[in-house]
Amino acid sequence: MSSVDPIIWFFMFGIFAGVVKSELRLPGPIYEFVSMLLLLTIGLKGGIELAQRPFFTLLPEISAVLAAGFALPLLAFPILMYLGRFSRVDSASIAAHYGSVSVGTFAVAVAYMHSQNIFYEEYMALFVVILEVPAILVGILLARGVTTGSVKWSAVMHEVLLGKGVMLLLGGLAIGWLSGPQGVETISPLFFGLFKGILALFLLEMGLITATQLGSLRRYGLFLVGFGIIMPLCFAVIGAALGAWLGLSVGGTSILATLFASASYIAVPAAMRVSVPEANPTLSLTASLGITFPFNILLGIPLYHALSTKLFAILGGS
Amino acid sequence: MTSRIKLVTVFTEAAIESSLVHELDGIGVPGYTITNARGKGSGGVRSGAWEANANIRVEILCAEALAELLISRLQERYYEHYSMVMYMSDVDVLRPEKFSS
Repeated sequence: MSSVDPIIWFFMFGIFAGVVKSELRLPGPIYEFVSMLLLLTIGLKGGIELAQRPFFTLLPEISAVLAAGFALPLLAFPILMYLGRFSRVDSASIAAHYGSVSVGTFAVAVAYMHSQNIFYEEYMALFVVILEVPAILVGILLARGVTTGSVKWSAVMHEVLLGKGVMLLLGGLAIGWLSGPQGVETISPLFFGLFKGILALFLLEMGLITATQLGSLRRYGLFLVGFGIIMPLCFAVIGAALGAWLGLSVGGTSILATLFASASYIAVPAAMRVSVPEANPTLSLTASLGITFPFNILLGIPLYHALSTKLFAILGGS
Repeated sequence: MTSRIKLVTVFTEAAIESSLVHELDGIGVPGYTITNARGKGSGGVRSGAWEANANIRVEILCAEALAELLISRLQERYYEHYSMVMYMSDVDVLRPEKFSS
């Protein structure tokens, strides 16, 4: 029997169906529903965990992760601009995608930890929200410069903070936090019971979308492929080191490494399209969806787990 | 019975829907209808429910002068960096007072 998680097969099935140009497509409203459920579930889990601990004990972790959220795109930007020879706006836009996070990747990492019975700190859903936003702001500043008045910040902040993704995550967090573990029991069959099935459907659609990005890989060449694999690996090392330093568990450290390694393909593309329209969306989406997402799903997550385990062994932690 | 006005039809990226709506309200068009759209053009295949490759179709019925203003404004603001196709046609409508702002 295969040891591969069935949700990964759904993803591969989606890629296959897309590559052979099958007519398979998740209906739009279903895709929206499935993403909504995923985001709410992740938020709820985090909120329940938050209800069980005083918020201020998390402040050091929150500030460290927030600072990293601002720093990551700054690390990626010069590599793209000077090594990759991309234009300033394209470098800024791709850097923003890589500084931000992918909720889909996070969900798969969570499913991985559950299937392997590895403990992790479930309040990490909060980190997803925290990491989603700073990279967008840094990306816009990198593209536009600090002094320019051409950015409509109110529109950007509206897009970023009141967009569907952040709203659903925050809503889930709040409801989970207010209700606590007992409170959510009545709704748990839909959100927690069906989590992996919903994730499987989501990954099927992601496979189909990934397949549409593969065509542009040939056009944009080796640098983007290399970047899409090496950058996540470097960011995962930073994430793992930060996780260990913050005293997270091995599972939590692996998830933080995965979050750092993941690249956004929903919130950031939308924000960049509105605020940096001259950046070519195909470049950043080819990298984040065509390369980094499948890499993380298929190889990255087990790798980041192994990395964290190794790190803890070296540090003599548990 | 009927009266001749303009129908402006715009196909563009779903990503700019809110900014576009803001623009339409600013110009003072009397109303608009937005539908999800799929298709293929110079920007490649746009097929998804996924926002980054989703398209919308916006239809606006209004008087000719406003339609001209609308077209030039959208052209100036969006043509350079966004996929956008726009056309204007003559239509005969009932209840013309609904479409004059």
